[in-house]
Amino acid sequence: MNQVTQFKLRIEHLSFFYGDFQALKDISLEVRGHEIFGLMGPAKSGKSTLLRVLNRMSDLIPGARVEGKAWLDGLDILAPDCDLVALRRRVGLVLSKPVPLPRSILENLTLAPRLAGKRDAGELAALAEAALKAAQLWDEVKDRLRDSALKLSGGQQQRLCLARTLAMEPEVILLDEPTSGLDPISTAKIEETLFQLKKNYTIILVSNNTKQIARATDRVAFLLMSRLVEVGDTHQVFTVPQDKRTDDYISGRFG
Amino acid sequence: MKSLLWALTGFTLLILVFIIVDISVKGLPQVTPLFLFQDPQDMGRAGGIFSTIVATAYITALALLIASPLGVGTAIYLTEYTREGAATRIIRFGAECLAGVPSIILGLFGFVLFVMKLGFGWSILSGGLTLAIMVLPIIIRTSEEAIKAVPQEYRLACYSLGLSQWQAITRIVLPAALPGITTGVMLSVGRSLGETAVLLFTAGAALRTPLSIFDSGRTMAVHFYILAREGLSMPNAYGTAAVLVISILLINLTAYTLMQRFMRRYS
Repeated sequence: MNQVTQFKLRIEHLSFFYGDFQALKDISLEVRGHEIFGLMGPAKSGKSTLLRVLNRMSDLIPGARVEGKAWLDGLDILAPDCDLVALRRRVGLVLSKPVPLPRSILENLTLAPRLAGKRDAGELAALAEAALKAAQLWDEVKDRLRDSALKLSGGQQQRLCLARTLAMEPEVILLDEPTSGLDPISTAKIEETLFQLKKNYTIILVSNNTKQIARATDRVAFLLMSRLVEVGDTHQVFTVPQDKRTDDYISGRFG
Repeated sequence: MKSLLWALTGFTLLILVFIIVDISVKGLPQVTPLFLFQDPQDMGRAGGIFSTIVATAYITALALLIASPLGVGTAIYLTEYTREGAATRIIRFGAECLAGVPSIILGLFGFVLFVMKLGFGWSILSGGLTLAIMVLPIIIRTSEEAIKAVPQEYRLACYSLGLSQWQAITRIVLPAALPGITTGVMLSVGRSLGETAVLLFTAGAALRTPLSIFDSGRTMAVHFYILAREGLSMPNAYGTAAVLVISILLINLTAYTLMQRFMRRYS
């Protein structure tokens, strides 16, 4: 393996500006294939922004400007001529606020794969079923796949949005607070799912919940005030943090 | 205060009811199957209104076929493909001005451009084109509002699923905006059905049933105007008016019902 393919995602000296506000300051880190990589930090520390840069959803923010480099395998993510549709199919983002589209549950799941070229109804149905099972939603909705997705409860909508991204079969899944609206049982189920998904996907998990980061991730990065403070194996960061600010954060002294 | 407001509302309703009842009482007795399916005879003093129904349907359909794609396309451009700025303000202001042009002047414009300059003559085509210009601002305005009302989050969700902008617009945004867009189109149907000034100048008043878009044709509203103004036959004028008003009501009702069904499916 050469240096470019060793890491699934590689970020070098990344800075991001919303107008005058700098949301990311000179971030460099690597994410390995088939790991769950956690991003933790207090609110407004830049976690969600970093996530959005990785599939260029950040382009949609007026006045946004980015500096630095980011690669997905050999693909230069930040190149101006990067095919955004292709990139977003490879790097799926699940937003923190669930937004089911005003269609049936089934259509929510099959929309993206269908537009990506899968036409066979049986194949699409199987894809939808697998995605719903992986997101722990299948048992609750299997008898009403044709109902509007807007009728689902908040927690169900959140799992639907995760399932919808899984049905796209991306390589990398970006999760922004995927369990913020869920009860502890569903949360545990989702974390179990992530563990299963690791075999086929690379996952980046943003969470405000440090306990969840400690439970669910392999490696973790700690962001504070737009800067990367520390990155390393989760176990190591949580037991012997290198930086005092990390120690303060995970032991709950601030944030 | 509440009772005063209630009275004002009641008065508005009363006017509507009065118009409908008056026209129905004077007009409905004329409306027999023969009246609907026979061509006018003796300048409209006798016979039915079949040819005017055909001309009305023809001209209205043509106007909407032209105006709907233009209007919805403009609305998509204004809402999805441009940032708010001088250009969008000028386009919007232009549309507003167009909406404010009196229809008789629009009719004269259509006469000069389509009937004379382009040589379409008094025809369904000239009438349809001019009506299309007349209803365009309504369709742009309502479509724009409807598209703007679609939550921005839907677009973000689409992009995060790897949909292109065009796919997001056609698959999600436009279907979500459809009730609003349809309202605009229905308003335009109403305006087109009732328009006379524009059509006197552009579509003419021939009583034959128009067979192609290059034939002249007399719509129901124009027929009513001529019958009433020339004093040819007040009973037939009222019969025409009754058919016109009832069709407009029926069209609105159908559109409303369809929309309700559509909304129930998707929300």
